[in-house]
Amino acid sequence: MSEFREDNMIKVLKLSKIYKIGEVETVALDNVSFEIKKGEFVAIMGPSGSGKSTLMHILGILDLPTSGEYILDGQKVSQLTEDESAEMRNKKIGFIFQAFNLLPRTTAMQNVMLPMRYANIPKEERFKKAKKYLEMVGLGNRLDHTSNQLSGGQQQRVAIARGLAMDPAILLADEPTGNIASVQAEEIMAIFKKLNKEGHTIVMITHEPDIAKHAKRIIHIKDGRIEKDEKI
Amino acid sequence: MQDLIETIIEGFQTLTLNKMRTGLAILGIVIGIGSVITLISLGQGSQKSIEDQIQSLGSNLLTVSPSRQSSGGIMGAQGGNTSLTFSDAKAIEEKLPTTLVSKVSPEYSSRSQVIAGRNNTNVSIIGVYPQYAEIKKITMIKGAFITTRDNVSVGKVAVLGPTTATDLFGELNPIGKTIKVGSQTLKVVGVTASKGGSGFNNPDDMIYVPLTTAQKQIFGKTNLTSISVEAKSKEVMVQAQDEIGYLLLKEHKLNTPADADFTIMSQSDLLSTVSQVTGTLTALLGGIAAISLLVGGIGIMNIMLVTVTERTREIGLRKALGAKKKTIITQFLIESILLTFIGGIFGMIFGLAASFIISKVMNLSYVISVSSIALAIGVSSLIGIVFGLYPARKAANLQPIEALRYE
Repeated sequence: MSEFREDNMIKVLKLSKIYKIGEVETVALDNVSFEIKKGEFVAIMGPSGSGKSTLMHILGILDLPTSGEYILDGQKVSQLTEDESAEMRNKKIGFIFQAFNLLPRTTAMQNVMLPMRYANIPKEERFKKAKKYLEMVGLGNRLDHTSNQLSGGQQQRVAIARGLAMDPAILLADEPTGNIASVQAEEIMAIFKKLNKEGHTIVMITHEPDIAKHAKRIIHIKDGRIEKDEKI
Repeated sequence: MQDLIETIIEGFQTLTLNKMRTGLAILGIVIGIGSVITLISLGQGSQKSIEDQIQSLGSNLLTVSPSRQSSGGIMGAQGGNTSLTFSDAKAIEEKLPTTLVSKVSPEYSSRSQVIAGRNNTNVSIIGVYPQYAEIKKITMIKGAFITTRDNVSVGKVAVLGPTTATDLFGELNPIGKTIKVGSQTLKVVGVTASKGGSGFNNPDDMIYVPLTTAQKQIFGKTNLTSISVEAKSKEVMVQAQDEIGYLLLKEHKLNTPADADFTIMSQSDLLSTVSQVTGTLTALLGGIAAISLLVGGIGIMNIMLVTVTERTREIGLRKALGAKKKTIITQFLIESILLTFIGGIFGMIFGLAASFIISKVMNLSYVISVSSIALAIGVSSLIGIVFGLYPARKAANLQPIEALRYE
């Protein structure tokens, strides 16, 4: 069975998500299946309303599918309890959100250390790692700046450092350049490419072709279905 | 443990972000805890003051008084019979061992109009032996108390309480002056020191005369209205009370305690009655104050619910980054406990200071009870848990996706 091969980081099988508001059913995802191997850099593209955000939430274990199977790093996600899901998010997934989602009035260091706190990593190690990742994204001189003292691009780089903090199986980025200027967006993409070269698996959702072209593979989604799956 | 300390520090930082709101939420608890401590402390203080006053009337005191008389089923007035006599007092003094009874004071008291010059007043006249002053710890500021010789000679002398002295003579020195009680003219030989009493049996508003003079010359009676007995020590109070009872039954030729035509009241009986009354009062006041504490607690809950709503996105983010339910509950519980705990500390300081000032102004004893400090710390933390739990659980139960989408 190929789906349990070790180099499969993500495997989704006949994934569907149906939202029910009153009597009206909306199909956000319709029988989606694909695999992402270790070390891939995948962009998921589609217009708004295509179901790409829903897919992203399911891949991030922030939401559950209505039917179908999702296997992350060999673990069936549908069988997890709420706390086990939290642990999976903590250890296997590095989130990068469109709105950065840093804690307000909190320093860059504290933001990066937060997921390590939830994993009960000792303070000294947390400190060392947070510093290392912030230096890596080029914020070595901004360690103690609070979120509101940083530009959009800098905030997103803090978020990337936070996403890397737990050394996760995949980096999950939801429109990572949606809220920042294009010059800074290129910088973010450069960081992504570098991380991918170092072996990180990256799944990025975007609707901008200019951003998607940085990936090695693009999955096009429309009306909840995979329209095209192309390697670049 | 280290994680807990970090969570506490983080909670503290969060609370300082919105100082006005935090301050107002804390204020509710400060007022609640403060008023509970103030009222309990004042209640205990007044209880102690009253008890001290009772103690100052004499220690190890037993009072024998005549009880109501029944003849053929018709009940007489309480204390209205004439069963108690001087020979009873003599029997108690002579027949009971000095290891049990140290002093006996036979008394006759009644109220009467007293005239001195153009002033007059209605006071309690009490006929006594010198033992009375010893048992009741009466001291003199002028002259001397009634003596045994005054009694033997049926002397027409009187000792005034300080209030009575002022009522009759104003600022003048009453020693050597005369007062008129009924048809008798008495010479004032002393004034007692103030004991600070008040009310019906105020020792400061009394005229002391020799027992024999009161009985024969003023009121024309042969019985006693009471016998005060000082027991040797606190330990023998109950035994002394019993022995006096048996002795008087025998003296009065009565068979069973049910027939007794007298009652023996000990000071501890009085103390326990008073303690019970003031204790109830303290509990009542504390209960009323506890209502304000409850209101303060509801205020905390309200603030915490607002906080949870405001920070929905933050909660979603924390969950996305791997915070478990327990972690979120702990975080919000610690914030609410911090609020109430700080409120409790300030409330305790406020309460202790307020009760100190009030007790000084009202001249009450100042009592700091350990229980009120324990109450401040314990109850305030408990309020934090009770009123913080619902908002904390609400936060922990938020679905990460809903929370992240929240605008």
